[in-house]
Amino acid sequence: MNYHWNWAIFLTETPSGSTTYMGWMLSGLEVTLALSLSAWIIALLVGGLMGVLRTVPNRWLSGIATVYVEIFRNTPLLVQLFIWYFVLPELLPTAMGDAIKSLNPFLQQFLAAMVCLALFTGARVCEQVRSGINSLAVGQKSAGLALGLTLPQTYRYVILPMAIRIILPPLTSEFLNIFKNSAVASTIGLLELAAQGRQLVDYTAQPYESFIAVTVMFMVINTVVMILMHKVEARVRVPGGGH
Amino acid sequence: MSQHRLLVAATCLLVSSVALAQDATGTLQKIKETNTISLGHRESSIPFSYYNDKQEVIGYSQELMMKAVDAIKADLKLPNLKVTLTPVTSQNRISLVQNGTVDIVCGSATNNLERQKQVAFSTTIFVIGTRLLTKKTSGIKDFADLAGKNVVVTAGTTSERLLRKLNEDKKMDMSIISAKDHGESFLTLETGRAVAFMMDDALLAGQVANSKHPEEWAIVGKPMSNEAYGCMMRKDDPQFKKIVDDTFAKLMTSGEAAKIYAKWFMAPVPPKGLNLNFPMSDDMIEAYKHPNDMAFP
Repeated sequence: MNYHWNWAIFLTETPSGSTTYMGWMLSGLEVTLALSLSAWIIALLVGGLMGVLRTVPNRWLSGIATVYVEIFRNTPLLVQLFIWYFVLPELLPTAMGDAIKSLNPFLQQFLAAMVCLALFTGARVCEQVRSGINSLAVGQKSAGLALGLTLPQTYRYVILPMAIRIILPPLTSEFLNIFKNSAVASTIGLLELAAQGRQLVDYTAQPYESFIAVTVMFMVINTVVMILMHKVEARVRVPGGGH
Repeated sequence: MSQHRLLVAATCLLVSSVALAQDATGTLQKIKETNTISLGHRESSIPFSYYNDKQEVIGYSQELMMKAVDAIKADLKLPNLKVTLTPVTSQNRISLVQNGTVDIVCGSATNNLERQKQVAFSTTIFVIGTRLLTKKTSGIKDFADLAGKNVVVTAGTTSERLLRKLNEDKKMDMSIISAKDHGESFLTLETGRAVAFMMDDALLAGQVANSKHPEEWAIVGKPMSNEAYGCMMRKDDPQFKKIVDDTFAKLMTSGEAAKIYAKWFMAPVPPKGLNLNFPMSDDMIEAYKHPNDMAFP
């Protein structure tokens, strides 16, 4: 097939003249990192809290957490994003919806994508926290309570320190997923890495260079995350846990 | 061992000679050998190339493309030529033409110099101007009225570049939203996130015809640019391109193309039976009078 390769395209100035195409890719990379990391922090907080609630002996609290998980884990990510971005402002009272819609478009897109990714990933984190807690021998909780600790104290000092260390490997893969999933934000117009790659194709008609560059950048992000997480896993490994 | 090597070498030679043979033969040869022509079309570029309610591909560009297929049938004496239709998007159409998945794509592709490095363009089949769609009540009359406002364009279009450039050159402080496709751009406009939608005027007319309240919308502003639409084919295949170009040129100069134009732009079209009421522009009349495959600067 006669394709006209041109790797120098990345050093070429964009039509608006203020930067090169490489500059576009890097600004996309920044948005991807900012979006994924902020969503990940929220996902950990929400997922951690909901995961604990899933296991507490209170039907109402565990019910709330179950509903959350079922809603956010069982609907497609893309649909959730469209609901946050397009549908939510129409459902709110008109004044509030209009206020959202008159915000800076970048901010609207970023916030919608962040909340969407955070709650979607949070539901998955929640299930892992729950399975981590459930994987501990029942005796650990009983022992904590028998020592005179309250239930929250038992969670804080006995159950969670063990559970978190056990679920670190699957959490790493969720962490990797959130970067990859963040590419859905390009569908609402957020100029993250995938969108910048697509924009580069539109402007230069060089699809292969662009898609290869996007692929490499995602792989670099995820390789770095994997190395860091392996270090963390090695440090906090449960001694004698056999992991 | 050495026998193995010989075998490998022989296989390599065979594979490369087959590859060479494929390179050397043009699209027409391929069509003749396989008795099949592979066409690329769009799914929702109203009224250029889109599905009707029976999932058949229809539209102005599609009709022209089928005329070219008829010419190829006659030229190659293949009355039973098989036609396969493949839907393409604005992101994948260039790659699919290059790798041979489709032989020709007629939709709403702008002929420009960057794309000419990758693919060949047929004789221009349509000329558009980039303008603004806005609510009649918005008070927007031209591009100058957009200062400080939210404006939506479809990602990857010439309009997007022009609007960003205008914003920087004239320091207009617009917030530009790049939506994924025309439908989403229109949704952004309809829900009030943007006051105007900049795009090719013919596509804007298509969006209005397809909207819930066509009477609420107006296409305004002096065109910021003109663009030529053409069909995309593989580069360096003059025989194939010539049949397509000649077919279009004959339709245009004989007046037959004008009838096809009237059918899609001046009369009710599916799916809703609305009339785009989009009379031929001076540039369009000129393109019909002097068929050519040049990109607009």
